[in-house]
Amino acid sequence: MSDGSRGWQEDSPERLYVITGGRSGPSAPTPLDLVTLVVARSAPTPGMQPELAAILRLCQAPLSVAEVAAYTGLPVSVVTVLVSDLLAKDQVLVRPPIPPAQIPEQALIKAVIDGLQKL
Amino acid sequence: MDFRSSEAVLSGPRPEDVLPDTAATAVKVLVVGGFGVGKTTLVGAVSEIRPLKTEETMTQAGIGVDDIAGIEGKTQTTVALDFGRISINSELILYLFGTPGQERFWFLWRGLFEGALGAVVLVDTARLEVSFDAMGLLEEQGVPFVVAVNAFPRSPVHEAADLRTALDLPEHVPIHFFDARRREDCRDVLIALMRYLHSLAATPEAS
Repeated sequence: MSDGSRGWQEDSPERLYVITGGRSGPSAPTPLDLVTLVVARSAPTPGMQPELAAILRLCQAPLSVAEVAAYTGLPVSVVTVLVSDLLAKDQVLVRPPIPPAQIPEQALIKAVIDGLQKL
Repeated sequence: MDFRSSEAVLSGPRPEDVLPDTAATAVKVLVVGGFGVGKTTLVGAVSEIRPLKTEETMTQAGIGVDDIAGIEGKTQTTVALDFGRISINSELILYLFGTPGQERFWFLWRGLFEGALGAVVLVDTARLEVSFDAMGLLEEQGVPFVVAVNAFPRSPVHEAADLRTALDLPEHVPIHFFDARRREDCRDVLIALMRYLHSLAATPEAS
């Protein structure tokens, strides 16, 4: 039950406020979904905000926003702000989910059924 | 908090859980239901990774008069979203999110419904009322769903037709009986959802 339960819960809300620089949502309207895959484009640099460095380390291979939140123990809303910052600085790239307008799409559904049948 | 000392903090995915760089896009499926109805069990049964959890803080203002065991008296609590992952192929990843069915929690998961392929509504036949909020909101959000009935030993046995009437469920929405502890059962529930989505895509007017 310890997944993602590191640290922040018992701190005051101010701590999260500090991490995001006082913002409660991304500054640019970058649509980041829970299942947007994040991939680091660079390694963490010395002196970087620890949370940003942690995200870059986690995302050496593609990882969803939800997984980043779980592994860092930060709320999804905070991770979204941080990933947007990294995106603005070209330090990560993101692979968005299949857009809702294309759902449900027959070929996609078929692929999922095929995949599930192998379970 | 009790869960802080239970085991070592995860620092990242285990080596075997690292996605290949070919992972290009993801889809999500929601597993919605009341407390203790089997969401976490279902997610854990089919997930290729050990199910993960993200938490959001809910302050006192967000807590109504309710029946959530164990959180009474807290001024602040966390609401958890359990999720798992299934690599469909080298490019497509499916994420399964288990979320509380009560409508008052759903504001926490901005964007959870947007773009969701579909949902499984888990029904406990002893507490049908919990499912209504969930089905209502899914309909509102235009997320197609199937109903899955976890075979709890102590729950009354209902015929599918009675259940359909009790849930006021349209004829075309499938009801699936299963045991959340069995991996094949859980897989079959997901396949039932996909077949339903497939049928909706073939005949859009049915939705």
